[in-house]
Amino acid sequence: MSAEEKKALEALIFQLADDDFLFSYRGSEWLGLAPHIEEDVASSSITQDSMGHAAMYYKLLEDLGLGKADDLAHLRPAQERKNSVLTERVNGDGYYMDTPQYDWAYTVVRSYFYTQAKRAKINSLRESSYEPLRDIAVKVSMELYYHVMHWKLWFEQLLSSTEEAKSKMVSALKLVVDDMGDLFSYGEQKELIERFDLIDSEEKIQNNWLEALRPTFEKLKLDLPIIPEPKLNGRNGQHTDELQTAIDTLSEVYRLDTATNW
Amino acid sequence: MVALAKNSQNLEVWKVLESVKDPEIDTVSIVDLGMVEKVDIEPEQIKVTLLPTFLGCPALEIIRTNTKNAVMGLPGAKNVEVEFIFSPPWTSDRVTENGQKGLKEFGIAAPPRHLEEDGSWHVDCPYCDSTYVTMENIFGPTACRSILYCKSCKTPFEAMKPVSTIM
Repeated sequence: MSAEEKKALEALIFQLADDDFLFSYRGSEWLGLAPHIEEDVASSSITQDSMGHAAMYYKLLEDLGLGKADDLAHLRPAQERKNSVLTERVNGDGYYMDTPQYDWAYTVVRSYFYTQAKRAKINSLRESSYEPLRDIAVKVSMELYYHVMHWKLWFEQLLSSTEEAKSKMVSALKLVVDDMGDLFSYGEQKELIERFDLIDSEEKIQNNWLEALRPTFEKLKLDLPIIPEPKLNGRNGQHTDELQTAIDTLSEVYRLDTATNW
Repeated sequence: MVALAKNSQNLEVWKVLESVKDPEIDTVSIVDLGMVEKVDIEPEQIKVTLLPTFLGCPALEIIRTNTKNAVMGLPGAKNVEVEFIFSPPWTSDRVTENGQKGLKEFGIAAPPRHLEEDGSWHVDCPYCDSTYVTMENIFGPTACRSILYCKSCKTPFEAMKPVSTIM
């Protein structure tokens, strides 16, 4: 593998790893707070699967010589993170140890859009030029099948429910779409990542995502979302303060003793 | 002679792996679940290659330790390595007939072999064999299980989720 190809590969895997890591961290904050007990079981299960996916990507980076997987997950400062801004956003007002006022509609829309975008990327990674990514994609695909089904169901149900539910979902849609500018972006590494057939182009992935949403949106008589230009691009290390707070919290125990086997 | 000895040693390892149970389901072994991909006997070490059922499964490290300890118990075993790989992926049709029986004995329906067009699936009640069951939650207490309810014997039960590469 050439030095350039390795650089492209590392850039892509960091984006995939950090996306799943932050997405599942935000999911884990719902533990014990979901709307009902069955949902608590379901969303925790999805969160656990997604954390497993992130762990596998970090392990791949470890195998590429970039340091210990656990260190990559816990110790990198915010400006080195490559996750999309959408995945780092808080679940709503308040702190989960105090009086959380989390927004379930927001979580449903974010999770559905993110998971469907992950589906588009995983489908493409099944044809990646890099074999370990192809293997991971096949495995993730089987678990993702159930995740997409779950979030799509919530999305359709809440948007065809009461007026109150609908208005909360419409506000959530706006918030989510506003942050989606960098979700399909490969950032400054776009040209490099696309050159080596590691994954399809940004445009193709985004288009496949839209096509996957289309039947649901037509059924619900909604206009398909229009992705804005990114205000901040997480792929280039640009983030909100919400990411720093998340990292401080999630790595608190790990930083107490980085040599211990947790 | 050497090849023959190696072969019988290999069988012994497989046999001992049947004593390594799922940490939560003591009626099925990792062999029954189809998690053992291969056993390699090398001059200096015995290597067991396993397939994780689900990637975020927290039981994987326990299974790794239990597998290692079980094989270390064999006479002459000095160095044992246990590795998890993703390819080939574990799929629910790797559960053996013995595994299906063991799951049922524990009150868990074996993963169905057949998926409907729309991706839905059906299992019978593991307690009374009734077909009148409802899906309560496709996500269960662990990543690999779903929660169902039998309308005939009025018992909640779990089923092992089907996963396949066509998904």
